[in-house]
Amino acid sequence: MTAMIDITNAEKTFTMHLQGGVELPVVRGVSFHVDPGECVVLSGPSGAGKSSILKMIFGNYRCDSGRIGIRHRGAVIDLATAEPREVLSVRRSTIGYVSQFLRAVPRVATIDVVAEPLIANGTTRAEARDKAGALLRRLNIPERLWALPPSTFSGGEQQRVNIAHGFISDLPILLLDEPTASLDASNRAVVVELIEEKKRQGVAMVAIVHDDEIRHLIADRIVDVTSFAAAA
Amino acid sequence: MAELQDVTPDDQPLLVAEHLGKNYGRLTACRDVSFALYPGEVLAIVGESGSGKSTLLQLLSAQLAPSAGRVSYRMRDGVLRDLAALGEAERRFLFRTDWGYVHQDPAQGLRMAVSAGANVGERLMAVGWNHYGRIRDTASSWLERVEIDIARIDDAPRTYSGGMRQRLQIARNLVTEPRLVFMDEPTGGLDVSVQARLLDLMRNLVSELGLAAIVVTHDLAVARLLSHRVMVMKGGRVIETGLTDQVLDDPREPYTQLLVSSILPA
Amino acid sequence: MNAPAYNFAYLDEQTKRMIRRAILKAIAIPGYQVPFASREMPMPYGWGTGGVQVTAAILGPQDVLKVIDQGSDDTTNAISIRKFFGKTAGVATTTSTADATVIQTRHRIPEAPLHAGQVLVYQVPIPEPLRFLEPRETETRRMHALGEYGLMHVKLYEDIARFGHIATSYAYPVKVNARYVMDPSPTPKFDNPKMDNCPALQLFGAGREKRIYAIPPHTDVVSLDFEDHPFTRYRFDAPCALCGAGDSYLDEIVTDDKGGRMFVCSDTDYCESRQSAGHRGSESAAPHKERAHG
Repeated sequence: MTAMIDITNAEKTFTMHLQGGVELPVVRGVSFHVDPGECVVLSGPSGAGKSSILKMIFGNYRCDSGRIGIRHRGAVIDLATAEPREVLSVRRSTIGYVSQFLRAVPRVATIDVVAEPLIANGTTRAEARDKAGALLRRLNIPERLWALPPSTFSGGEQQRVNIAHGFISDLPILLLDEPTASLDASNRAVVVELIEEKKRQGVAMVAIVHDDEIRHLIADRIVDVTSFAAAA
Repeated sequence: MAELQDVTPDDQPLLVAEHLGKNYGRLTACRDVSFALYPGEVLAIVGESGSGKSTLLQLLSAQLAPSAGRVSYRMRDGVLRDLAALGEAERRFLFRTDWGYVHQDPAQGLRMAVSAGANVGERLMAVGWNHYGRIRDTASSWLERVEIDIARIDDAPRTYSGGMRQRLQIARNLVTEPRLVFMDEPTGGLDVSVQARLLDLMRNLVSELGLAAIVVTHDLAVARLLSHRVMVMKGGRVIETGLTDQVLDDPREPYTQLLVSSILPA
Repeated sequence: MNAPAYNFAYLDEQTKRMIRRAILKAIAIPGYQVPFASREMPMPYGWGTGGVQVTAAILGPQDVLKVIDQGSDDTTNAISIRKFFGKTAGVATTTSTADATVIQTRHRIPEAPLHAGQVLVYQVPIPEPLRFLEPRETETRRMHALGEYGLMHVKLYEDIARFGHIATSYAYPVKVNARYVMDPSPTPKFDNPKMDNCPALQLFGAGREKRIYAIPPHTDVVSLDFEDHPFTRYRFDAPCALCGAGDSYLDEIVTDDKGGRMFVCSDTDYCESRQSAGHRGSESAAPHKERAHG
């Protein structure tokens, strides 16, 4: 398999025990692949399961059946059946996730939030902070904000911190959930640039983007998730 | 391009529990608990009162003998040993060097009438350190690391606040660079702001020192902040287990869903 | 003379055998506190009942007994105990260290070096060196059993942190035969080196606490310390005022109400022997000669 991601027939249903056991099917029969250097955009209406699919690829949501093949350190593993520590290992060195909402540890300074993925992988704190600073600067987060925790920032600023956190390390797979949602035109352009750079480095990406213009700029392929919608 | 250092934990588990159980007569405190903990992993055991989580912690740290199953620990020489087969001297030595145990009430984990420096230095003296200056320097640097003013090094913990006592307890446990730390409700009973500071400290120390830890807590926020994996206990059994974000974001079992939905939103 | 009502040395033979068994066990495990069935003695606890029981158990008709209290043969307690054995055992008694075969002592080791064949019996109040740090008997027994003595160093550390030096001046803990940590009884730390490699047998009896321990002859006894705060014997600033000795432990004696004082050997036998041999200190009274006027 040369693809970085190869999903076959993945399926997920929520069972709401607190609501009398009602079942909410999310997706069914999800199958697609992503090659290195390409960006696949998931399209479809709100609630169709796009975010859920991203979370399944990250191992955040467990899938009920099917296969999520990930090329991790030269070998292919099935994230759906992997041991928890294998999933941790995949997250550390293969898959990065830029979520829609910043969920940072409270009280940690922005510069450290962004530097953390590098430090966890062995970079020295000093070097990691340098790189974090460079990326934040590029994303127009002024230096005076770097020592503050991002919880007090505006939505757009938080989003940019999120992006910096996701883009800073050299992970071969990136999952992007609405990366440009709260950003103005110039910052959107920066993000598109960053995505292009990653593509050139051979990173495989799956993204959810509502903005048509951005979608045209970054998507190599579009996968319509309505075809995976589980019958209500 | 930064070189990616492999920080994946080794392939060998550090602590292995197999079908662990404890009962007192007809009362089953916990039953059929099995898992493997790897170096650098933090496992949270969450559950409400009576779930059996404290009993489980005692079993895992060899303070209680199991009624069923066994716990094995990989010693520094790489050999996996059944804890029940260790002699008392070995077990006590392990407890003082390779393991840490942070009590909910710091007074139980400290010598309250002895200075902070001596509290931190005791484990070093117990393993043969015989140079006052070096013992004191090491104690000082640990106090700094847990954000206790070094000027308080000669004060007894009786004069410390609750948060400071807890941080001192952590320093006392970490001074021998243990590989595994057990924590029993480490933030219980502390003011919220004090808890926050303590959690930050613990998070940083665990990641800097590559510690493996087993944290018993009823507070899901603590689990989310500190742990990679979580086991949810109810009625003595583990009813759900997985990565922390998996279990908290995608709870499958009814009880887990109940717990997660019961957290008041921030 | 023996009062007809008493067995030799007061205790009945069965009791003596029980104590001797404890003593043998103690000798076999140097520094280890052996429990024994301490008897009611005709003096209250705190007055040397442990030492008296050990002496009573080992005394034979041919022994020569010396009893000292804080180094002196002529304090009340020393005299009482000497009379006790005089009455119940009829053994010869002496004040001379060199002539004694059994020396019972409270809180001092004689200055004159001991020789093979002698037994030094110490009176011990609290045998457990860790007691004040760890009040639980169950825990201290386990610490001794497992050789876990970190806590002892904690005590020394605290001293240095508080006073700048190890402030323990008596009952200074020692490690015996590189195994057990022991309390040498409240002897001044000045005396600790005398315990090391001593040719005599040293026995320790605690009556109230019901423990016996021992140091066999020629056993290593090392005072606990830190590398950078080594054990030191302090030296006095001036020699004994009576006999001029510069190497003995001195007592301070107040001579008047104007702050006058003098320092005199605590070991009375040692001081008197030196004076008989012609040594003189600055304050010595020569009872059969007129004092030289300076």
